[in-house]
Amino acid sequence: MLISMFSAVESGVIYALMALGVYLSFRILDFPDLTVDGSFVTGGAVAAISIVNGVPPVLATIYAVFAGFIAGMITGILNTKGKINPLLSGILMMIALYSINLRIMDKPNVALLNEPTIFNQIEGFWASLGIDDFLNGILTSLGADRLPGTWAILILMIIITLVVKFITDYFLKTEVGLALRATGDNEKMIRSFSANTDILTIVGLGISNALVALSGALVAQYGGFTDVNMGIGMIVIGLASVIIGEALFGTKTIARTTLAVIGGAIVYRIVLTLALKIKFLETGDAKLITAIIVIIALVAPKIIATVKESRRKRRKRAMLGGGTNNA
Amino acid sequence: MLNMKDIAITFNEGTLDEKKALQQTNLHLEQGDFVTVIGSNGAGKSTLMNLISGSLKPDVGTIEINRKNVTMMPEYKRSRMIGRVFQDPMAGTAPSMTIQENLAMAYARNKTRTLKIGVNKKRKQLFKEHLETLHLGLENRLTAKVGLLSGGERQALSLLMATFTEPNILLLDEHTAALDPSRAELITKLTGKVVKQFGLTTLMVTHNMQQALDLGNRLIMMDKGQIILEVSGEEKQALTIEKLLQEFQRIRGKQMESDRAVLG
Repeated sequence: MLISMFSAVESGVIYALMALGVYLSFRILDFPDLTVDGSFVTGGAVAAISIVNGVPPVLATIYAVFAGFIAGMITGILNTKGKINPLLSGILMMIALYSINLRIMDKPNVALLNEPTIFNQIEGFWASLGIDDFLNGILTSLGADRLPGTWAILILMIIITLVVKFITDYFLKTEVGLALRATGDNEKMIRSFSANTDILTIVGLGISNALVALSGALVAQYGGFTDVNMGIGMIVIGLASVIIGEALFGTKTIARTTLAVIGGAIVYRIVLTLALKIKFLETGDAKLITAIIVIIALVAPKIIATVKESRRKRRKRAMLGGGTNNA
Repeated sequence: MLNMKDIAITFNEGTLDEKKALQQTNLHLEQGDFVTVIGSNGAGKSTLMNLISGSLKPDVGTIEINRKNVTMMPEYKRSRMIGRVFQDPMAGTAPSMTIQENLAMAYARNKTRTLKIGVNKKRKQLFKEHLETLHLGLENRLTAKVGLLSGGERQALSLLMATFTEPNILLLDEHTAALDPSRAELITKLTGKVVKQFGLTTLMVTHNMQQALDLGNRLIMMDKGQIILEVSGEEKQALTIEKLLQEFQRIRGKQMESDRAVLG
């Protein structure tokens, strides 16, 4: 149980980068970008094929980010210059990327067994620090019998994700960032203040898909393979993370919301892991469970609000009723 | 400051819906001119505004701002020189962003946007000072989301955002039409004040004849895609709503006669 929770959190933090990308397109640009299903695999494919061909893992990951950026930009160009509706631009790019990803990998999947990855490169250095023993010592004293093999991946991923989060927060407060947010909020207005909304949309989608591809590259190195189908439903998982995070942790400021999205990605993985523990459910049911999680996250807050509101009204009526009786 | 020469534009040319939105229009604005534009629906007032702002491009003719030909310049580039307030109070501000963020975006209108923080201490102080001139207490709500403001407050903020960077030209498109009478009066007063304060060259479309008479030093009346009347200076000072209506009847009556002559 402990082990499966541990790896749920681990992959949650890796997928959080993808969720941040989805947050940028879906919430900031108000652009429901389905490119994600394709660009996630593109990230994984570019990283895997580069590593297999001897490129150092860090550089391979950077290539992946770059590929994602280009993919997102093309979606943006289709939408702004080609005047294709946002949903359709994303779908077209997603389907185009499926073939491109196959071309990149030259086969439906690439294994990274016995290849260097960012994670196994850092593990050696990490082990010499002795932090694992310390943390596992704590877990043992808490009564855990089976212990996580290494904390390196989790800690490294938390650092990477937080760095990306802080850069995103800063960027969205800069002059360009403000204009980017306004493009999603009131395009007509920001154009009247001399912002080139076409370029902002294109670059914004580029950044969004760069993050998605980064996540894909890291997931590939974490899992040890890239499969051409591993992006199916990725946009829904991203949305699930954004919606769960926002519902649970609030959206008061940008910094709070990006943290909420990361939290949402982790909570989603934990819920999914717990759900799959139920005997009746199989691994293949994961997508169905995801859909149900999103539906609950969307509907539950509304039901709670309605119940609260009707309770408040009933109370008010009761109070007024009491008042007239007294008079 | 603004020079429009032989501007014409036709929508849906060659179809049943063909509409000559503007025909052979000439308009010249001197630095500091404040022109009010009146006319019935479909007269071409909004088309005129959209041509100046660049959201429409003319079929023929040239538009110059500050002696620079901007006829085909894209809207976003041109808006470095142009401040705009729209009719819809929701249109001029970004609702999910704060008052200070909105002002920071407006502040960047005539500059190149960089990767520096948009709202810094120095700018905050500047924004506060400008907000104080509105007397709406907005200077104490810098971090409030604009979506929470009332229509009147949002329009006042839009007006400030469009003007405080002193654009070459200010375009006001029926910017008080969607407000209740008292708010509309407040915005009208503020408009007069800021235009004077910054000495802005202004073009204001309005349906309110009284407003058109009260504000500005020039007035133009449009009908069927043409400027049919221009008054300025003392002549405008002496103008009343009745005279304006009479004038309209006179010009249009004459034209109807000539139309009849042509048709006959």
